[in-house]
Amino acid sequence: MINPQMVMYEEEFNQIQAVVDRLVRDANAKVVFIVDKNGQLIAASGDIDNVDTTSLASLTAGNIAATGGMAKLLKENEFATQFHEGEKANIHIQLVGNRVILVVIFDSRSSLGLVRLRVKKASEELNGIFESLLKKVAEPGADSPFAEITDEDIDNLFND
Amino acid sequence: MSFINYMAREINCKLVYYGPGLCGKTTNLQYIYERTNPDAKGKMISLATETERTLFFDFLPLSLGEIRGFKTRFHLYTVPGQVFYDASRKLILKGVDGVIFVADSQIERTEANLESVENLRTNLAEQGYSLDKLPYVVQYNKRDLPNVASVEELRQMINPTNVPDYEAVARTGVGVFDTLKAVAKLVLTELRKGGT
Ligand SMILES: Nc1nc2c(ncn2[C@@H]2O[C@H](COP(=O)(O)OP(=O)(O)OP(=O)(O)O)[C@@H](O)[C@H]2O)c(=O)[nH]1
Ligand SMILES: [Mg+2]
Repeated sequence: MINPQMVMYEEEFNQIQAVVDRLVRDANAKVVFIVDKNGQLIAASGDIDNVDTTSLASLTAGNIAATGGMAKLLKENEFATQFHEGEKANIHIQLVGNRVILVVIFDSRSSLGLVRLRVKKASEELNGIFESLLKKVAEPGADSPFAEITDEDIDNLFND
Repeated sequence: MSFINYMAREINCKLVYYGPGLCGKTTNLQYIYERTNPDAKGKMISLATETERTLFFDFLPLSLGEIRGFKTRFHLYTVPGQVFYDASRKLILKGVDGVIFVADSQIERTEANLESVENLRTNLAEQGYSLDKLPYVVQYNKRDLPNVASVEELRQMINPTNVPDYEAVARTGVGVFDTLKAVAKLVLTELRKGGT
């Protein structure tokens, strides 16, 4: 047995992307992205050409995992929100539905108050989308595209 | 936990390098990083102490190519091997799809190897995984050193279930890609079985 897979379909992806795009505008953010708790990037928006979202995704997940570990030791629920203030960039990290992590990077054109407000709304929307996504994944018949691969397909990956 | 993204047409899997302190986990990743085309890799991140011991993890994203129109991406992580970082090791194991156990072949590290495999088994079990059911390979590293145990001895101690195992000299790259390919294959084979 392996873990239940995380799966993303086009329909839900588009919904998530729409939320993230809107959050960039509404919160005057530089970059917004969503990561799963294992550090896989799910969606990103804003000035993403100038940041390494893959690295940020993995570090964000590590960060949430570490603070989650601290919370456990203190018999606390997970710390759902984190905020780091830098000289130019600030970063707001929000755990959504204990499943995914919503990250907002912003500068002085925005404010913590505004970001908090917009993140709250976006989190609710995202929660709904991920819930229906999970239901869909749990349905039987949602076949993996990998069910049909052959040994040869796998070998070919390594032949260069 | 693999992540299949139908929209981006890609699949992401998480591999974890486990093993005692100084066995060469970070060195494995460094070699892979050096020898991979720029377009197939992302930045390597090392959260390390001032003496270059892994403090939390190393991370290296790799893409291996396409299968049936899906990009296969592997996220490689190492754990901190020092005994007292156990809490961090548990966190890194979350959502793992495949494990590489790197053993230090030196005779004086026998105890440390055994302790680390046991620790791996315990930490996986705590999260509801069984080492026997997970894609898993073993690497006997530092074969270049004079004071090493024989592969037969190591196998008996560290690999009683006979999973694929490889001799390696991570510093020069011997066996590094063989090990990686072996576990990647096992993970993809597991995916074929359905995964859920
Ligand atoms: N001789 C020899 N030295 C090696 C080999 N592989 C790694 N080393 C050396 O062993 C030392 C420790 O290697 P690391 O890769 O940092 O070990 P690690 O497993 O990441 O250690 P932690 O981060 O503490 O868990 C370094 O000095 C490496 O250069 C090898 O195959 N042969
Ligand atoms: Mg290390």
